[in-house]
Amino acid sequence: MNKRKLSGAEIIWECIIREGVDVVFGYPGGTILPTYDALNKYKDKVHHVLTRHEQGATHMADGYARASGKVGVAMATSGPGATNMITGMATAMMDSSPIVCITGQVSSSVIGSDAFQEIDITGAAIPVTKHSYLVMDIDELAPTIREAFYVARTGRPGPVLIDIPKDIQNDSIDYIYPEDELILPGYHPPEDISEDYISKFATMVNQAEKPVILAGHGVLLSNACIEVMELAEKSSIPITTTLLGIGGVPDSHPLVLGMMGMHGESWANHAIQDADLLIACGMRFDDRVTGNLKTYSPNSKKIHIEIDPSEINKNVKVDLAIHADLGTVLRHVNPHIIKLDRKKWLDIISGWHHDSKRRDILNIKSDKLLGAQVIRKIWEGTKGDALIISDVGQHQMLEAQYYKHDDPRTLLTSGGLGTMGFSLPAAIGASFHEKDREIWVIVGDGSIQMTIMELGTAMQENANINIAIINNGYLGMVRQWQQMFYDSRYAETPISSPNYVKLAEAYGMNGYRVDSLENVIPTMEKVRKNSGPSLIEFKVEEHEIVYPMVPAGADLHEMIQRPWDEVNNNGQKQEKEKVK
Amino acid sequence: MKQTLITLVEDKPGVLNRISSLFRRRNFNIESLVVGHSETSGVSRMTIVANEPEASKRGNIYFNLLKLVNVIAVKDVSKLPCISREFILIKINIGPDQLNEVNAIVKQHGARIVDMGTETLIVEATDEESTINKLISVLQPYEITEIVRTGEIAMRRGKTHKVSSEKINAKVGDISWKPEHISSYQN
Repeated sequence: MNKRKLSGAEIIWECIIREGVDVVFGYPGGTILPTYDALNKYKDKVHHVLTRHEQGATHMADGYARASGKVGVAMATSGPGATNMITGMATAMMDSSPIVCITGQVSSSVIGSDAFQEIDITGAAIPVTKHSYLVMDIDELAPTIREAFYVARTGRPGPVLIDIPKDIQNDSIDYIYPEDELILPGYHPPEDISEDYISKFATMVNQAEKPVILAGHGVLLSNACIEVMELAEKSSIPITTTLLGIGGVPDSHPLVLGMMGMHGESWANHAIQDADLLIACGMRFDDRVTGNLKTYSPNSKKIHIEIDPSEINKNVKVDLAIHADLGTVLRHVNPHIIKLDRKKWLDIISGWHHDSKRRDILNIKSDKLLGAQVIRKIWEGTKGDALIISDVGQHQMLEAQYYKHDDPRTLLTSGGLGTMGFSLPAAIGASFHEKDREIWVIVGDGSIQMTIMELGTAMQENANINIAIINNGYLGMVRQWQQMFYDSRYAETPISSPNYVKLAEAYGMNGYRVDSLENVIPTMEKVRKNSGPSLIEFKVEEHEIVYPMVPAGADLHEMIQRPWDEVNNNGQKQEKEKVK
Repeated sequence: MKQTLITLVEDKPGVLNRISSLFRRRNFNIESLVVGHSETSGVSRMTIVANEPEASKRGNIYFNLLKLVNVIAVKDVSKLPCISREFILIKINIGPDQLNEVNAIVKQHGARIVDMGTETLIVEATDEESTINKLISVLQPYEITEIVRTGEIAMRRGKTHKVSSEKINAKVGDISWKPEHISSYQN
């Protein structure tokens, strides 16, 4: 390849374009100015999205990455620009989302002198990234960027930060893209497939009477959706998903029980507790999934297939640990699985279904619109075909329960970190990949106000997103905990909102307000005709509670279900009732 | 159980910080950490001693350490035949009449006196941790004013391979540095 004299700033763009990047989410500032200046030369190849806050930029990169499976890129200046990215990097870290964050840094000669807008972001990022780099030599710039993208997307994906001092951006060298094999001495790919555990795996499945598959985010990250369904169908194994595993297996499939855990379906939790074999596929036994570890699925053998060996035996001790890529493992195992119908086991689970389904909030006649009803209507109105980005709180759990996802990567949500304010920016990011798909943001009145300034970005980019604000006037999930565990002392959970319709108009988008069930679908229809961003505020019941609920640290089978008197009295009374 | 981890890391700025930060944020108890150059330029060698009773937790430490991008290889030598050594300097306040007595004790424990002042002397020893501890306890009756110890360093006995700075997994020559298997940490 011919040599060209390029500046560090130009090398940054050359390298990220080589990685297939065509959109960058960022915010300019002092120390990243040379790179933004160089952007003018690359405008035909890269679209830059000006966000309203650097946290938004990281969530957008994250949303783009989750929707596309490609690496998302965020860019910011040093100091506050960089520290604003920390929440976004931590969100991506907890949910294994591949993003690369590029920050400007003060000139290398003044690093360590507390210069204006200097912060040690490489150090600060250590606990919230997969890896972080500080580039102190322009010769290292191109190899570092290449390495950063490789680390972000391979193995268990995650966020990577590259901090680049201003003088390195201004400096120039003869640029040659490093074409040689990437050598990372300390980077260990998953171990090979071994015949030994494949036969053990198959025997455990074939001998089990009451197996359950736990499908996590790894099913999507490994593109193992087909393999997991093949295993389930062949051996008639019921599947339950984690929050981030939703969409990895089709919700409408008869073997799919829905979500497990704190707000999971009661029958799914009962199945886990009663199982004699758990097949954990790309998940990490988070406390929101297991409840009390001492009583978690006490009689089951456990198989754990996980690409990150540090997650194995961390929370739950397993009988067969497999450190490898999920899809590859299942492709080897599935041929050894015997066909079984497991009628007895599936009948037991259906029995649990019956009782819980009668307690469903949708069976309640309510004078006020309910959050659950809105989400069910959005599912009906979009025929389950939309890309949903949910935020954090009650609406997030209701979304997981009432919107049925049949396709991979159709639900994006902050699961591990539970970052309020994730949804709006993540949806804007995702809209750059899913250009033709209908996109709905499902967000609470608390969450939207955490990153509401990104409405400006949605407007400037004419992002094709629909924002459904489920407004109950409270920080609903916290209020629920206060009602259940703090004798309804609502400390600082009532929250006021702006006039969202006027706010939407102020941002130049269409805004609507809906407070009755019959107006949900007609308003959705109006919104669907709009191109660009639209907003609907749904005024809903203030005191809705998400059931079932396993209190933090309680046994998984000790879930609190919707009380019968509430079902019978149409939502008038809400008291605790423990149901075995 | 005491867990000794021989860790080869890239000799780059901030690597020690990444390792200590890992132990801190994961709440792993670290007993000692010794770092220095290795036989290969660009590769530093650490001997890390941790102490966690549960095998699964020891596995968790091992795999979290291995996961760091700058960590080239980690070998858990807790159950392997090893030479392990610690180095110590002990300063004692002493009267002239006690010199012969102390000298005898020091010799008996394989240590030596390396500095002698009018009222003080410094004892040096290199040995296994248990022997060092014993030396301290026998010198306890005298007035110990300063102790400095390095923490444990360890080396496997027998033939091992020199580590190339390329991918460990790919090299047959590096086989003695192959990552541990998860099953070695099953209870």
